[in-house]
Amino acid sequence: MKILVPTKRVPDPDQRVRATADGSGLEDKDLYYVPNPFDLIAVEEALAIREREIEDSEIVTVGVGVTDYEKELRATLAMGADRALLVETAANLDPWNVALALEKVVEREQPDLVLMGKQAIDDDSNQVGQFLAARLGWPQATFIASFALVEGGAAIQRETDTGMESLKIALPAVVTADLRLNEPRYASMPQIMKAQRRPIDRVALEDLGVTVAPRCEIVALEVPSANRTCAFLDSADELLDALRNEEVC
Amino acid sequence: MKVLVHFEHDGGAIKRGSLSALRFARDVAEQTGGAVTGLVLGSDAGDAASDAARYVPVLVADDTALKPAIAGPHARVIADAVTSGGFDVVVGAATSAGKDVLGRVGGLLGGFMASDVVGHEVADGELLFRRPMFAGSAIATVRLCGGPQVVTVRDASYEPSDAAAEPGAITPLAVDTGSLPRDVEVTGTPPSQGGRPDVTEAQVVVSGGRAWKSSEDFETHVGALADLFGGAAGSSRALVDAGITPNELQVGQTGKIVAPQLYLALGISGAVQHLAGMRNSKVIVAINEDRDAPIFQVSNYGIVGDVYEVVPLLIEKLKAADA
Ligand SMILES: Cc1cc2nc3c(=O)[nH]c(=O)nc-3n(C[C@H](O)[C@H](O)[C@H](O)COP(=O)(O)OP(=O)(O)OC[C@H]3O[C@@H](n4cnc5c(N)ncnc54)[C@H](O)[C@@H]3O)c2cc1C
Ligand SMILES: Nc1ncnc2c1ncn2[C@@H]1O[C@H](COP(=O)(O)O)[C@@H](O)[C@H]1O
Repeated sequence: MKILVPTKRVPDPDQRVRATADGSGLEDKDLYYVPNPFDLIAVEEALAIREREIEDSEIVTVGVGVTDYEKELRATLAMGADRALLVETAANLDPWNVALALEKVVEREQPDLVLMGKQAIDDDSNQVGQFLAARLGWPQATFIASFALVEGGAAIQRETDTGMESLKIALPAVVTADLRLNEPRYASMPQIMKAQRRPIDRVALEDLGVTVAPRCEIVALEVPSANRTCAFLDSADELLDALRNEEVC
Repeated sequence: MKVLVHFEHDGGAIKRGSLSALRFARDVAEQTGGAVTGLVLGSDAGDAASDAARYVPVLVADDTALKPAIAGPHARVIADAVTSGGFDVVVGAATSAGKDVLGRVGGLLGGFMASDVVGHEVADGELLFRRPMFAGSAIATVRLCGGPQVVTVRDASYEPSDAAAEPGAITPLAVDTGSLPRDVEVTGTPPSQGGRPDVTEAQVVVSGGRAWKSSEDFETHVGALADLFGGAAGSSRALVDAGITPNELQVGQTGKIVAPQLYLALGISGAVQHLAGMRNSKVIVAINEDRDAPIFQVSNYGIVGDVYEVVPLLIEKLKAADA
């Protein structure tokens, strides 16, 4: 079984982000990047499928973006991915153009499963997986919480607005990982060192036959402050009085 | 602009989040001189169609192949309805269900999509959307470079729309059943929920964080307080991760977004990812033993103390007031 895991690099969620003075984008000079947390959950699940279900599975991770993606892709190699592919472009990408690039990678690699994050925690779009599934005409299962191979496909549980839904889905398919799917492993120091020396395949986005055509453009960005002044109270009684005054209780 | 609203329903009533999407649709139609149509998908969808028609004229795709709701076939029907009806925009709620199916619609219609929209304006005849990024740390204004456009809106940001004076017409939409994908089968649906409302639908949300040591403690404190307020119980991700609360209670960047009249954060530190889900609530109250916890910076009222001491007192006082 061949599993493709798209992996995005995102600013570390533990940092504060700031907009540039002209509001055209983010102040990115000092930002530290990490692999998107949901994508690491997807990598972990791919590794678990290899360990749990089909031993000779091949796991390929792919990033679409600038050259510095190398560090984040190496992190997936250190975890145990077999290969990493970087689709290089300096262009500004929106979810549609990422999906077009991934579609071409799927055509080349012919995976049985695309396992990816449900959402990139920088743009918070939650679109690429659904776009890709639609483009490929493959079935999709978003927000998955468990995955098992069964006769004729995969048995999946997915998070919905009201609780857990169970599905049987044919393969090949696109599935997107939610939080409860697993807890990603940490790579060991020797694995990290070894991953430094591994090659990363590269292909230019144009060479895949994709011409970037923007769909969604950011025209302005602001970083609001929603801070309030907190009135500290001493007792349950004072709190209930305050809430009655606010007419919310 | 011609706007199509994708109505989620439970077999009978239209869901509240879809009425927020309808508010967006009506605003856009009014601002651009257009019209709004609703779309209902399902099997035996008559009741849902009638409920939807209280608001707008509706198209109904009624077919056994459309129940239960699965993104593949539903997206196909929605995308075809957009194309054949010449709609400029299709909008739905930014729920898990909405993101699942409308994301796929976006993929079928060329990728002109804005998700989790919290505001919009029309400038020079063009729609501009406001949407949060980076866990709500930034608000982006975006434009879509063509169409048809696919939009999901947050119900916390758009007041649910009211019924119209006159009900709208109901028009059946032919479904080409044979062309729909059949590659996904639903083998189990979530158990229907108990008495408590969903966090996104309640006027009061009482949420608990890592301070709570067990599901029992959560239920007898956070749950009990939620019941006394007639509200919903919510949770930080820490408790979901620990298996103390179920996933659908999670409030935050990667959970649900709420903006109730009153939000109580009980033993929650206030990480940006949690704030992303609740900072627009009208009144925010935090109880935390750490006076420096960031949650207090977005709160109107705070009590510094042990939730295991303060919450039972609150419950007692509220019960006494009710009696
Ligand atoms: C990509 C990503 C996405 C995320 N998405 C979400 C999300 O959607 N929602 C979310 O909530 N989190 C999310 N998180 C996690 C988030 O960063 C925090 O880890 C989480 O919100 C912390 O939960 P908490 O406040 O309950 O726990 P903690 O941060 O551990 O805080 C517990 C608080 O309780 C207080 N406390 C402890 N005991 C008591 C007591 N007896 N009485 C009173 N106070 C007490 C402590 O002082 C502390 O402030 C996400 C993280 C990442 C990286
Ligand atoms: N530039 C990218 N390179 C590789 N994968 C990506 C990229 N952007 C998004 N993805 C994948 O798409 C998922 C959803 O992203 P989004 O729709 O942007 O929230 C992510 O979790 C990644 O798996």
